Amino acid sequence: MSLTDRQQLSYIASQAADARLNVELETEGMTLNIGPQHPATHGTLRIICRLDGEQVIWAEPSAGYMHRGYEKLTEVRTFPQVTTLVNRIDWLGSFANEVPFILAAEKLMEIEAPPRAQVIRTILFELSRIANVSLFLGDLGVQMGAVTPVFLAFRDREYVLNLIEGATGGRFHPNFDRIGGLKDDLPKGWIDETRQVVKKLMQFCDTIEDLLFGNEIFQSRMRGIGVIPADIAKDYGLSGPNLRASGVDWDLRRDQDLPLAWDKVDWKVWTHPDGDSWARCWIRLQETREACKIVEQLLDQIPAGPVMTKVPRIIKVPAGEAWVSTENPLGEMGYYVVSKGDLGPFRVKIRSASFNNISIVPWVLKGVYVPDVITILASLYFILGDIDR
Amino acid sequence: MVHFALEIPYWGQSLLRVVGGLVAVLLPAGGIVYIFLFKMMSFMQSRLGPMEAGPYGSMQLLAEVGKWMQKEDLAPERADKAIYKMAPLIVLLSTFLLIVVVPFGPDAYFTNFETGVFYAMAVGSVSVLGILVAGWASANKYSLLGGLRAAGQLIAYELPMVLATLGVVIQAGSMNLNQIVVAQNDGEIFGFGGLGNPFIITQFVGFMIFMIAVQAELTQVPFDMPIAESELVSGYMTEYSGFRFLIFFIAEFATAGVFAFIASVLFLGGWGIPFDWFGWDGSNLDTVDNWMNVVGPIIMATKMFALVGVIMWVRFSYPRFREDQLQTFAWKFLIPLALLNTAVTAVLKVAF
Repeated sequence: MSLTDRQQLSYIASQAADARLNVELETEGMTLNIGPQHPATHGTLRIICRLDGEQVIWAEPSAGYMHRGYEKLTEVRTFPQVTTLVNRIDWLGSFANEVPFILAAEKLMEIEAPPRAQVIRTILFELSRIANVSLFLGDLGVQMGAVTPVFLAFRDREYVLNLIEGATGGRFHPNFDRIGGLKDDLPKGWIDETRQVVKKLMQFCDTIEDLLFGNEIFQSRMRGIGVIPADIAKDYGLSGPNLRASGVDWDLRRDQDLPLAWDKVDWKVWTHPDGDSWARCWIRLQETREACKIVEQLLDQIPAGPVMTKVPRIIKVPAGEAWVSTENPLGEMGYYVVSKGDLGPFRVKIRSASFNNISIVPWVLKGVYVPDVITILASLYFILGDIDR
Repeated sequence: MVHFALEIPYWGQSLLRVVGGLVAVLLPAGGIVYIFLFKMMSFMQSRLGPMEAGPYGSMQLLAEVGKWMQKEDLAPERADKAIYKMAPLIVLLSTFLLIVVVPFGPDAYFTNFETGVFYAMAVGSVSVLGILVAGWASANKYSLLGGLRAAGQLIAYELPMVLATLGVVIQAGSMNLNQIVVAQNDGEIFGFGGLGNPFIITQFVGFMIFMIAVQAELTQVPFDMPIAESELVSGYMTEYSGFRFLIFFIAEFATAGVFAFIASVLFLGGWGIPFDWFGWDGSNLDTVDNWMNVVGPIIMATKMFALVGVIMWVRFSYPRFREDQLQTFAWKFLIPLALLNTAVTAVLKVAF
């Protein structure tokens, strides 16, 4: 189906919604553009809502206001250069974006990072998950008018960012992962510091649970709102916490056999049977705690040895195709890398979580009220860079 | 007791009243913004707040005012210009009309209506008009939604507020705010007059309803659906810039101060200290010492800041209700409770 067909179908759906509206009472609908510049869209997402009073009768997300063409740009970069691009996709958990691409390249080259590098990769991966999701937990409050949690979130995320900076040199865009290992080893004293930070983050989770999740207004705004049943969630290709909140026990960290260290530690995949906004937020809270646990346990298990295998100075990836996806903070993030044996990839298809997650917006927003639009969007949790690569 | 005010010519009295009104509205508003919005909020969120302008950031508000005054006074092309420009002034007008009846001492008031409570409840809802026309005249869909939400909400919370006040009026036996203050400070609790009889003790339910309704009237969190930065992008204020936004901003905090003044008059004993302490006679206000006209405003300001502190505390820690939830809360819970409170007060008043 071409883009124009899709737009026409959307228009017809909008007209049909209007026609249904006028059956009982002669009223006039109103089209409300939520975005592109709107505080609830975390950037420049536009959601076209057709309103009857304050009720949404039809909604359609319109992405692409911040399209940066990363899939095309990768074709004119060498393999090591691509990480610089892709860690700008989900800018809150950057390191997690680099890992699946590097793993795909390693898969094509048939090499594997040394065990020490694998464990450090996992630690940094989970730290970027904490940095990402802790900001979500704070932002949740601000979407509903509670201004205090977001500042607590910014304060505590800072500790994690400092750790990432300490290890990699970059706060937001580490660009630390290399084909065959890591750029550097961990600095001195980093492990002890991480232990303390993880404790602080566990406390932060408790604070947020008291301040926000225990609040009756918060619960009444979240429970039973924006319910996504499991089969609908699967149909729309949801992944990550959004899918687990609908009761589907699916986590790529556990279900996949990747050269990373998740199988070495004891942790739990949380699911929630409800599928409402509350479940999605609660799952993320629990996942932050699990990530803290994973980091805490892995810190004791970092093996000795090099952080880099032997790779040629000029990396040429053999011809072939590889698909690797990981469980990123926002959901499944994967790269389909096609190489023709050159310095750079021939084609890279990026599967980012948010793009698929917001595809459910027309379904889930139908019939809700405008205030619930905001809470549902907040609980679906997308990052614009992840939608508009 | 000397009625010094009578020796001043009429124009002088009027000038004094205007200056006094400006001071009584703007000074508390500035204090509230600095103490609560800048500092308390910052400490709650583990940051320092403004620190550069003046000692401890105390001149920050002046800097902000200067910033807003410099900005261009924009109006959307399709806005109803005259009404659009008038709206913030109507909102601020309501605040100034409210301060008129608040007594700050035995003689320190602007006017002394016999039906002061009635007047206060009436002019308090003038701001709804301003908000509604601001939402409509902005020619903006978000503003329209915000304005309509505000109208619905303010009307819904007007009722519990009036009904909560009714309990106080029944107990005091007067609608005059000064008489309500006297009734509290001259009263006794089971024959013990050392503390007076602040109505917060006997009318605690009424006090809670009144404060919740004030929170909603001020459109503060958790009742800030009409403003809702994160969804309606500040609702009816969306299109305003420059000093018209400043007027909305001042009105918001000045009204918080004025409503806290009224709450402290109705429930906390107002400007008074228990009359027993100095042997004053409640039936004759002239027996009250003249220095109460100076101490009274200070007492009022203390009570006002305490009450605004509670309002702001709630504002900074709660998420907001949904529109239908807050309507349900008003019509199905607060109004029946307020009616019950009024009925019980009336029965007890007759019984004792």
